[in-house]
Order: sequence, then structure tokens, then C-alpha cells
Amino acid sequence: MVETKTIKALLLKDLLIEWRNKYSFNGILLYVFSTVFICYLSFKQINPVVWNALFWIIMLFASVNAVAKSFMQETKGRFLYMYTLSSAQNVIISKIIYNSLLMILLSSISIIFYALVFKNPIQDPLFYGIAVLLGGLSFSTILTMVSAIASKVNNNTTLMAILSFPIMVPLLMLLIKFSKNAIDGLDRAVSYNELIAIVMLNVITIAVSLLLFPYIWRE
Amino acid sequence: MFNKISWWKWMGIIFILFSIISGFLGPVPTLPILHETIRNVYFHVPMWFAMIVLFVMNAWYSIRFLRVGAESDDRWAVESANVGVLLGVLGIVTGMIWAKFTWGEAWSNDPKQNSAAIALLVYMAYFVLRGSIDDEQKKAKISAVYSVFAFPVMIVLVFILPRLTDSLHPGNGGNPGFNTYDMDNNVRKVFYPAVIGWICIGLWITQLRFRLRTLEDKSLEK
Repeated sequence: MVETKTIKALLLKDLLIEWRNKYSFNGILLYVFSTVFICYLSFKQINPVVWNALFWIIMLFASVNAVAKSFMQETKGRFLYMYTLSSAQNVIISKIIYNSLLMILLSSISIIFYALVFKNPIQDPLFYGIAVLLGGLSFSTILTMVSAIASKVNNNTTLMAILSFPIMVPLLMLLIKFSKNAIDGLDRAVSYNELIAIVMLNVITIAVSLLLFPYIWRE
Repeated sequence: MFNKISWWKWMGIIFILFSIISGFLGPVPTLPILHETIRNVYFHVPMWFAMIVLFVMNAWYSIRFLRVGAESDDRWAVESANVGVLLGVLGIVTGMIWAKFTWGEAWSNDPKQNSAAIALLVYMAYFVLRGSIDDEQKKAKISAVYSVFAFPVMIVLVFILPRLTDSLHPGNGGNPGFNTYDMDNNVRKVFYPAVIGWICIGLWITQLRFRLRTLEDKSLEK
């Protein structure tokens, strides 16, 4: 069922659309920039705990906005066309990969900008970088499936947030704990538990998405 | 009339009545901090157990609906979620009253409290999702997908995350569980029947609501 060739083609199609509509990615980027700046103007000085929490909350909202469009941009006709060409698994895998790339890019740019504007308290940059990359990846795995669900419903923008926030909480708590350890520069062995838990959560999410997507995409 | 009620419903009625009467009148161990509030263990904890049973039932019927596609499976799924949320709210309220007396505050940032509240949010989102789709078949399918997708996260929230962090609840974060020393035999004699009783009553309410919904749907079809 899963064919690398089809996935590659679908992924290329999404990337090409993204490249031709650069304004949508730039829009999200601008969204992050202005949110960071608003936060900077309101907080001025913050301690590391708030610094960390604020970053993840900004990323949470940005990622919901970024991933929400991944299924909504597909018209009904295009879905029908894809349906004749490939299996459901190929479509969801290509979407997950595409969203992961998008989110990893977005979160890397965001952390650089965020650390520039606010004073940077990170003591273990390598592990914080891993946390940011993992965060972008895990946000996109969860949100891809949620956006597939929300795209089947008419008023989907609020619904996307309602459906995804409670599901993302465990992930967010693990990420905040993991990245807080990196900020404090704790011994790396302390964070291995969280690291494993985040990876496991991703594996579960991807597996469940693969199983469930075939049921909704024909609707 | 009475001989039509099946045995497990009788069990629910008798066990809950028993747990209320001997829960308030029976002997309990005197423990520091807890004192008489330990009697809440007959209400708070069994409600949570019943909620978990109903949420598992919701996931089970959602999977069954996706595989088979019978309308009755969808009705079971939505009603078990309904009653599960009701028991969850009751559990959270009794827990907050208990926390007020023992931990000092109704909401004391306990990981289990937070997780439970978020688990309830998941199922409330499930109802919002159902409410926003008009087509019955589509509503059933998409909400089933969402509930199956959210179920593993619910399990992580309620069972795994609280154990990773320090909790005020017994049995988490290095605290010993109730069974080690808090519960003596007198408490157990009431506690286990209460658990079974609340699960039976929860299932009974679900069954009644399922029948009601079936009748409503039938009258709508006519």
C-alpha cells in the first residue's frame, strides 16, 4: 500500500504549491514575529521559566495556524483525483512529512528570532535545539490528523483549536520539561526519559493516523 | 416489573446503597490529615473507575463503528461518552471538595487533577465536533475517528503522565498507594462493592440513554 514513489510525488506537489504561494508561509512567519514582538513589548524582562513557557505557547498557536491549511487548501476535485491515484496511507504520510518539514523550518526560524529579541538564557543549546526540532515534528504529526478531521467540518478554524489543544497537552508538558532541563543546563541523562516519551508519543500518533485516515478521507 | 431487571442492575443498586449507608456509618481508620474525609474514597475513586470504564467503552464502540458501520454502535459510543463525562464531572467535584479539606485548596496544581480536567476537555471537544456536523453518517464516522485518535492520549494523560511527576495523590511520584497502609479491611469491604456498584450504575444509565436515543431516532425517521 505504501509506495515511496507516490509519497515522493505527493510531497513534491505540496512543496511546489508552497513555493508558488510563498505568501502563506511568510504570513505564518510574520504571525510569529509579531507575536514575539508583542510579547517582548508586554513583558520586557522575564525569568527562564516564563521564557520557556512563552516560546512553546507561541509555537502552539503558530503551528495550529500553519498546519490547519494543509487539508483545507485541497479542493474537493483535487481530493477525488488523488483518490484515483494513490492509497490513503500515501496521502497521510506525505502530508505528515510535508508538515514536519514546514514546522521544523518554522520553529528553527522562530527560536532564533525569539532568542535574539528576548535575552537568551539557554545553557545547553544542543539539547534545546533538539527540543525545538522534536517539538516541530511532534506538533505536525498530531495536527496533520486533526486538520484532516477538521477539514471535513464547515466552520473549521475554531474547531481545529478545540480539537487539538487537549490532545497536545501531554506533548507540550513533556516538551516544556525537556527544554527546561536544557535551559538549566542539567545533566543530559536527566532528560532521557522525556526524550523517549516524546518519541513514543510520535510513533503512537503516526501509527493511529495511518490506521484512521482511510476512514475519513473518502467523506 | 421487578423480575425484568437483570442481576447486574440489582448489584449496582444494592452495592451503591450499601456503600452509602456503611460508608457514612461504618468504622474507618483514623489517619492524620485525612480523618473522616477518608469516607470520600467510597465515592470519588469509584466514580473515576466508572468513568474510565465508560471511556474505554466509547473507544471500543467507535472502533466497532468504523469496522462494521452499524448505527447502534455510534449510539453506544456517544452515550457512553455522555455518561463518562457526567461521572468525570462528579469525580472532579468530589475530588475538589476532598482536596479542599486535605490539601488546603480545591485546585492545588496536582498533575492528576490537571490531567483529569484535560481528559474531560477531550470528550467535550468530541461533543462540539458532533454538534457541528449535520449529516448523521458523516457525524458518526468523523467523531469515531476523533475519539479513537484521542483515546491513546487520554490514557497517557490519566495513567502515565501523573506517574512521571510528583503528585499529591497516593500511588504517584513515589507516594505509596492506598493499598499499602491507608486502607484497612473495613475500608476495603465497602470500597470494592462501591467500585462495582458505580460501574454497574454507569452502564445502566448508558443503556437507558441508548434506548432513549434509539427511540428518538426511530421517531425521527417516520
